[in-house]
Amino acid sequence: MKGFDKLNKAFDSRVRLGVMSILVVNDWVKYGDLKERLSLTDGNLASHIASLEKLSYLEVRKEFVGKRPQTSYKISKTGKRAFEQHLNGLEELLKGKQ
Amino acid sequence: MEDKTKEHLEQLSEIRDMMKESTQFLSLSGMSGVFAGILALVGAALVWTDFFEMVSPGYFDDISARNGLLNWKMVIKVGYLLVVGCGVLAASLLVGFILTAQKAKKHGRKLFDSAAKKLLLNLFIPLFMGGLFCVALVLNGYVGAVAPATLLFYGMALYNAGKYTYRDIRYLGVCEMVLGVIAMLFMGRGLYFWAFGFGVLHIVYGLTMYIKYDRS
Repeated sequence: MKGFDKLNKAFDSRVRLGVMSILVVNDWVKYGDLKERLSLTDGNLASHIASLEKLSYLEVRKEFVGKRPQTSYKISKTGKRAFEQHLNGLEELLKGKQ
Repeated sequence: MEDKTKEHLEQLSEIRDMMKESTQFLSLSGMSGVFAGILALVGAALVWTDFFEMVSPGYFDDISARNGLLNWKMVIKVGYLLVVGCGVLAASLLVGFILTAQKAKKHGRKLFDSAAKKLLLNLFIPLFMGGLFCVALVLNGYVGAVAPATLLFYGMALYNAGKYTYRDIRYLGVCEMVLGVIAMLFMGRGLYFWAFGFGVLHIVYGLTMYIKYDRS
């Protein structure tokens, strides 16, 4: 099946797909904003982000706002490439159907 | 295989929604545009007589800006115009805020999300500078250039903010800018253009947006 090989297992999860979709169009998004946008709980999002981080799809920035630590994320070059390839794969698969 | 296709389509639409919702503020209410337009027309009606009195030739001739003395007649007239203008602006913002908050609540969206912040920032930076520019115009006695300048800067602000909300707002921005330039060619007729730009165009835009996005 054409395009199938381009699909990325990492994006099978809706949460990871959601995180990547947001980051591909936004620079540096705060953890809290991601959580809210995807309507998730803390633990749930953290594990998905950790796995994206392990694949080096994300850049991480930690800083202090007052006394509270704040983590922000940005899509990395690798991540962007992977996401684009996944999208191309989806597109090819759907085109093949018509 | 049918299931797979459905899954892929769902993935694509989810990606698209996420991209859109995280960059665009979609709670902007169309009806608030209609109200802003009506309020602007009311404001224009309130200052109609004074305005055309002011721009009639020779009205301010008794005291010129050149001698450095305060021209009280001018200060009072311009002050009245400013008060009405600010009143219209404040009332429009208030109504717009309430209706937009209602729409956000109805759709279960947060009112001040990151897209809203970007929208406000990109709207108010050009608008604020335009405001200062208009104050400078008045201080130098170029009162006639104020209406064209407000339209031009407002149009630029809307066009700029269009990146962060419904793209349609850019058409309104372009119309306001064009109107501002035309108004500059007909100095002294500013109020007509002002009423058209802030009144009629807002109502048309608001109704269009209401029909396109809000009704249902």
